[in-house]
Amino acid sequence: MGTVTLENVSKRFGGFTAVHPTSLHIPEGSFLTLLGPSGCGKTTTLRMIAGLLDPSDGEIFIKGKSVNNLPIYKRNLGIVFQNYALFPHKTIFENIAFGLKYRGVSKQETARRVRDVLDLVQLPHVADRYPKALSGGQQQRIALARAIVIEPDVLLLDEPLSALDANLREDMRVELKRIQHQIGITTVFVTHDQSEALAMSDEIVVMSAGRIEQQGQPEAVYNTPATEFVARFLGASNVLPATTQVMAAEDIQVETNHFGRLVLPRKRAPQIEGEGRSQLIVRAEKVHVEPAGQTMDGAISVPGRIEAVDYQGQAVRYFVRVGDTQLQALNMIKEHPFEEGAEVSVNVRGWDCTLLPEAAA
Amino acid sequence: MGWFLVRGWAFLVYLFMFLPVAVVVLLSFNASQFGSFPMTGVSLRWFAELFSNEAILRAFRTSFILGLCTAMISTVLGVLASMALVRYKVPGRAVISMLLIAPILIPEVVLAVALLLFLNFLSLNKSFGMLLMGHVVFTLPFVVLVVQARLVAIKREYEEAALSLGANPVQTFFQITLPLMAPAIFAGMLFAFTISFDDITGTLFWKPGGVETVPTQIFAMLRNSISPEINALGTVMILLTVGLPLLGAAIARRMAGKINT
Repeated sequence: MGTVTLENVSKRFGGFTAVHPTSLHIPEGSFLTLLGPSGCGKTTTLRMIAGLLDPSDGEIFIKGKSVNNLPIYKRNLGIVFQNYALFPHKTIFENIAFGLKYRGVSKQETARRVRDVLDLVQLPHVADRYPKALSGGQQQRIALARAIVIEPDVLLLDEPLSALDANLREDMRVELKRIQHQIGITTVFVTHDQSEALAMSDEIVVMSAGRIEQQGQPEAVYNTPATEFVARFLGASNVLPATTQVMAAEDIQVETNHFGRLVLPRKRAPQIEGEGRSQLIVRAEKVHVEPAGQTMDGAISVPGRIEAVDYQGQAVRYFVRVGDTQLQALNMIKEHPFEEGAEVSVNVRGWDCTLLPEAAA
Repeated sequence: MGWFLVRGWAFLVYLFMFLPVAVVVLLSFNASQFGSFPMTGVSLRWFAELFSNEAILRAFRTSFILGLCTAMISTVLGVLASMALVRYKVPGRAVISMLLIAPILIPEVVLAVALLLFLNFLSLNKSFGMLLMGHVVFTLPFVVLVVQARLVAIKREYEEAALSLGANPVQTFFQITLPLMAPAIFAGMLFAFTISFDDITGTLFWKPGGVETVPTQIFAMLRNSISPEINALGTVMILLTVGLPLLGAAIARRMAGKINT
């Protein structure tokens, strides 16, 4: 098992910079997710760690040793590809044993390790089948088994769940995390799916346009987005113009057009250093829609009108008009959702909000 | 009514194309002295004569060896060229690709004369080797087209997965890429063999004196007389050039069926 370190690694394709100089350290045994929209450089970063792409600049270390000049087949990595890439002309046994063949593992030892890893992924009876005889979820498990049976230093996962359908994806997510935890392998996971990232990671690196936007534990990244991009990418957020007015020891007072004066704890505004223009981030689930006239404890209530309703079963997403702005509100349904056109009261609590300096936008 | 006419017309076109072939096959079983109607009885006499004709047997052997060598060389070159063009960044790959395909686009006579003039320019004599070279130039495009198409369809991830598991590039080629390409390679090889076996235009220009392939032998025999033996020979040729690709396609389909995802 090993650590992975990137020092000022960048990648250019002709005149296009896919990854700007990036430094990253992945501690031993941890599960790090590169999260971002397509084209943000997350897959390019992963492929550079894998050795499938050479960095234009900078240095990559695995287990403390520079691997810039080490070809992929000498890096001892386990890679799971988006479309599994199981060898179609080999049986499941041959697929899993493939990497062991090049490591001088004896026949009996190979048989034992293949059996063990098939048990680990809970598919003990498929060794003699061909990949196409397995379902997508099963192929996914075999791809994982093939990658971990060689006891790699690092496990690289390139959107491994995106080809599965929704229910299976959520099951596999738990399964993958269980296996990763069980063998304690350093893992780099690439995804564009924020819920996968939040559910599985020890650490999330949010990327955009070839740069790291924010790095931190899932809760920190979700609750205290460092930039407007992160706020918008992880969950639905409302971004409102605001003016920072009073900086107290514990609290910050903010004036907004829509909700008047709000009081935020300072830890919700780590980047705010003084008074002036700023941006108020309000998560959709922190915008509470109540019947007109009702208020909430500790919240600022303003009147609003429901413009659209996105019914989701246990929850509902409202598009509410407040003044000149449309806000998104994601609420649990108590009895019945409000209907389109309903006049409601919109409630926001200061301590649920995050404040960003305007320049961060 | 309209469709009836279209169908009828199509039927007539096919009849026009295939009736002569059917007649050749039919007459090859004719017992008569002359290779024409009326049929006087059914016999395998002409096949028997065919297989005791030294010149024809020699032509068969030549064609067979020539076809086999052409298929081998074209396939090896074609696979290597396809790998280079599809998997590696070769400078000027568009031009190279075009040049490799060009022999299909250029009229065969022009190609035949050009190669002959080129050999003259180098003051090389015609030989079996030169004939073979001509056939390779002529069949290579077919192999390249078939193998390239297959290679483009084989996802790079298979090779990348093999590399990540510790196989070096050579091991990856033999363990992964080659088996996945096998149906196309096989099809390309069959193409090359059949085209070489069938070819007459180029062969007439390139063959050294005294060497005959089956098509040139038929051509030579026709100049003297229309012997019923030619009908029998034609039947054998049809069997080979139609049957082989069909057989090959069936085998390739089975191979592909096993490995397709």
